[in-house]
Amino acid sequence: MARLIGGVGSSHVPAIGNAIEQGLISDPYWAPFFDGYKPVWNWMEEKKPDVAILVYNDHGLNFFLDTMPTFAIGAAAEYQNADEGWGLKPLDPFQGDPEFSWHIIDSLIHDEFDITMCQEMLVDHGFTVPMSLMWPKQEQRDQVKVIPLCVNVVQYPFPTARRCLKLGEAIGKAVASYDKDLDVVILGTGGLSHQLDGERAGHTNREFDTEFLEKLKDEPEWLLKYSNYELAEIVGPQGVEMIMWLIMRGALGDNIRELSRNYHIPISNTAAGVILFENEAV
Amino acid sequence: MKSLAGKKPIPGTMVFEGRMAMKGYALNKMCFSFNKAENRDAFKADEDGYCTKYGLTDEQRDAVKKRNVLALLNLGGNIYYLAKLTGMFGLNMQDIGAQQAGISLEEFKAKLLAAGETKNG
Repeated sequence: MARLIGGVGSSHVPAIGNAIEQGLISDPYWAPFFDGYKPVWNWMEEKKPDVAILVYNDHGLNFFLDTMPTFAIGAAAEYQNADEGWGLKPLDPFQGDPEFSWHIIDSLIHDEFDITMCQEMLVDHGFTVPMSLMWPKQEQRDQVKVIPLCVNVVQYPFPTARRCLKLGEAIGKAVASYDKDLDVVILGTGGLSHQLDGERAGHTNREFDTEFLEKLKDEPEWLLKYSNYELAEIVGPQGVEMIMWLIMRGALGDNIRELSRNYHIPISNTAAGVILFENEAV
Repeated sequence: MKSLAGKKPIPGTMVFEGRMAMKGYALNKMCFSFNKAENRDAFKADEDGYCTKYGLTDEQRDAVKKRNVLALLNLGGNIYYLAKLTGMFGLNMQDIGAQQAGISLEEFKAKLLAAGETKNG
């Protein structure tokens, strides 16, 4: 059976993609950020997962506002990255696992998550930056099949934090019921606090982010007491992306240990966080 | 999540909900087209003509001309789509953050660095 061996929460700011491309991992601006990924790199190297389910949001590459699915999942053999219009160099295509995708879709729909299914899906920096962060080298990325799961955190109303946590639980069940010997990781991306638009652009909230990271393992429900509108005020409209981390957290169940955590302000306009959980049950 | 109608506005903050998405539809659609290099070239060759082709309002066309991000946001632009427009003007997310906050780029960067050094940033 497939095993969900662990999960990572990570920011997905485009500037990170540029920094990796330009070899700035040890640069003084970037080192406090990238140092936080060393435990993740070591863990990935040791565990060598077969499949990554990557939870992210599209920023206007694949989806336009004409049709905005709340949750959409890829069911393709290959996912292309493409020009987003402002200069990030597209990465090579990513290999999918359509059979596993269809199993997850079937399981989710029968679990009452009516997810949008995509046989073609361009993946943008929200997807590619976490891939580069987890597996900086192309040959590493070539070893991992991917299943993109896209969440609407662009146009209100977004799914609630509670819905995200429950979707995660349903994904956990879907993985556990797949009859293939696969090691799977789930990545929840975006956040943490940041604000790109309005006079308050540049807003971050260390105190709230820190509490979020602190509670994510044992008390993920803590975030549910805030509506997405309240979160927009507290962590900035784009900081609300942290609800996607709850999908990762929900999938992992309660038998997990935290292996590492890092938090750093700023990366571009963003407070960047990373956390690594391992499933103790497998 | 209940409707945002009647919610207390968040100072200095945009919330991109249905009414704004309707107001800015043409503007965001134009910006979406800038994913393709040939469309960026067509815009650069005739900015106002390209805006007209997409059915932007006079106010939106004026805000494009002035590279005024706050005005574009108020006219329904979504920040992720506007980034594709401002990218052509050589403005990245930090440039437009500074513009909106009404401070210089250096001040904007310094503010973010300062947030990294305090406990309550």
